Amino acid sequence: MKVAEKDVLYVADLANLELSPDERPRMVRDLNSILDYIDRLNQLDTSDVAAMAQTSDRFGVDQSKRGSERFAYASRDDIHNGLRESLPRDEALANAPESDGNFFQVPKVIER
Amino acid sequence: MVTSPDTSVAARARYEPVIGLEVHVQLLTVTKIFCSCSTRFGEPPNTNVCPVCLGMPGALPVLNRKSVEFAVLAAMALNCRVNETSIFARKNYFYPDLPKGYQISQYDKPLAEFGFIEIKTNGGGSKKIGITRLHLEEDAGKSLHEGFPDAAEKTAIDLNRSGVPLIEIVSEPDISSPDEAYDYLTRLKEIILYTGVSDCNMEEGSLRCDANVSVRPRGQKQFGTKTEVKNVNSFRFIRQALEYEIERQIDVLEAGGMISQETRLYNANQGKTYAMRSKEQAHDYRYFPEPDLLPLVVDEKWKAQIAERLPELPEARRARMVREYGITEYDAGVLTATKNLADQFEEAAAAAKNPKRVANLVQSELLGRLKAKGLEIEQSPISMKGVALSADLVESGAISGKILKDLYDLCFERNQDFPAVYGKEKPQQITDSSAIEKMIDEVIAINPRQVEQYRAGKKTVMGFFVGQIMKATNGQANPKLVNDLLSKKLE
Repeated sequence: MKVAEKDVLYVADLANLELSPDERPRMVRDLNSILDYIDRLNQLDTSDVAAMAQTSDRFGVDQSKRGSERFAYASRDDIHNGLRESLPRDEALANAPESDGNFFQVPKVIER
Repeated sequence: MVTSPDTSVAARARYEPVIGLEVHVQLLTVTKIFCSCSTRFGEPPNTNVCPVCLGMPGALPVLNRKSVEFAVLAAMALNCRVNETSIFARKNYFYPDLPKGYQISQYDKPLAEFGFIEIKTNGGGSKKIGITRLHLEEDAGKSLHEGFPDAAEKTAIDLNRSGVPLIEIVSEPDISSPDEAYDYLTRLKEIILYTGVSDCNMEEGSLRCDANVSVRPRGQKQFGTKTEVKNVNSFRFIRQALEYEIERQIDVLEAGGMISQETRLYNANQGKTYAMRSKEQAHDYRYFPEPDLLPLVVDEKWKAQIAERLPELPEARRARMVREYGITEYDAGVLTATKNLADQFEEAAAAAKNPKRVANLVQSELLGRLKAKGLEIEQSPISMKGVALSADLVESGAISGKILKDLYDLCFERNQDFPAVYGKEKPQQITDSSAIEKMIDEVIAINPRQVEQYRAGKKTVMGFFVGQIMKATNGQANPKLVNDLLSKKLE
């Protein structure tokens, strides 16, 4: 067992999740099973494989391009024109649980 | 007012502060870092927002190339090594003004590392403060806690700032006094302003600073437990907050207590820091690579293009100006306080007949008057162009040094620039040779000893005669004419 219930509760707390008492053992089991699988992957020798942060680093890019040019297609110029406009405010606020028509509103934040 | 705890001088001397600074600088792009919403400050709340910066599910970030260029430019100006490949990462935490529940930042592979800023030390030497890293990230929105009818129960959120590009500049813990921290920040701001990538406006939050501070017994290698001081909105307050916090920590230790690692807020009105109530787990951000963005690659070619836009930086400029204009290091510092001012000065100096004279006038006539009036050079009634014009007039002999001084006084009295005052006063020079000749005759007649000295070969006595004539004419005689006529009469 790599993770115990206290680890699950810690992670759930960080994620703002409330787990009921009967959900906790299931989460412990699932997380351990995932970590066991990672252990299997760790058996592979990857010492000569470069670390990869994003799969899109290797796949879906024009392989003939090098350097900055390789990923340039996924960036943009610093201009408004021709790009997506900002939303009208009423639309931006439409899904808010609470608002006063100008601001999103949340229960009073005391800290910070 | 700063009210410091009562730490004895002897106790203070036993400890050494260790300070590191984290500075956030907003980049002057037109649009946000990952969407095309405007970055403009002061717009009606929640009008510069879109699915990306509101954190709507499924919205994808697209990187603004200009934000990268600005960050690289700042990194170069701060002597950093720019990494060819850097990775965006998600920093996970919950706060109402962070709509996605994570901030897109950079973590283990930042854009730039290993920089430094040089500051002056008390002894007249200099000290390098290391820069650990400089990375790109997005800003969060703004929480407003006061000023609303229901402010007692609610916090209002404006997401216009959400997604505005920032660079975070993290220093090494190389700073060992509040004064050094102040100097580091002043230099940093000056350099960033020169690059033009930010306006560094602290009131608008374009430059924000958090300080990590601890104390340790002098000579001890190991760091003490640090606290993080936040919520400080001017360099002066940061210095005060650090002074307070250092003494507070020493007091705690001297009383046999322990420093708890915590975030403290500075209250400028009271001059004190207060521990912020917060959850213990607040700092577990669970960074992981941002899967919605590609690696950021700044290759040599792009880097070279960006480097072309790197201006001459303040330190180098000061050294060159001392060399070129023969001014003091201090005055060069005043003239390079902002890039704009230095540009104005150099432009005016270059257009004048004698650039050095422009520098001399700034040094001898302008700065002293500004100081006497308590004005910053940006508030000077006399512009650099005005100084240049006055320098040319002196150079050509159209006005004397005495008249120039009078005109400068008038400029300050009336708060008008030199050309306006000169145009109105049109100081009349005495250019009537016969009138001057008459005065010269009188002066020669009553100073026979000096005449003898001159004729015996002591040519420097000439200055005495010129001075006498100028005094007699209230400085209004044309100096060149006076010189010519004097030479003739004395030979």
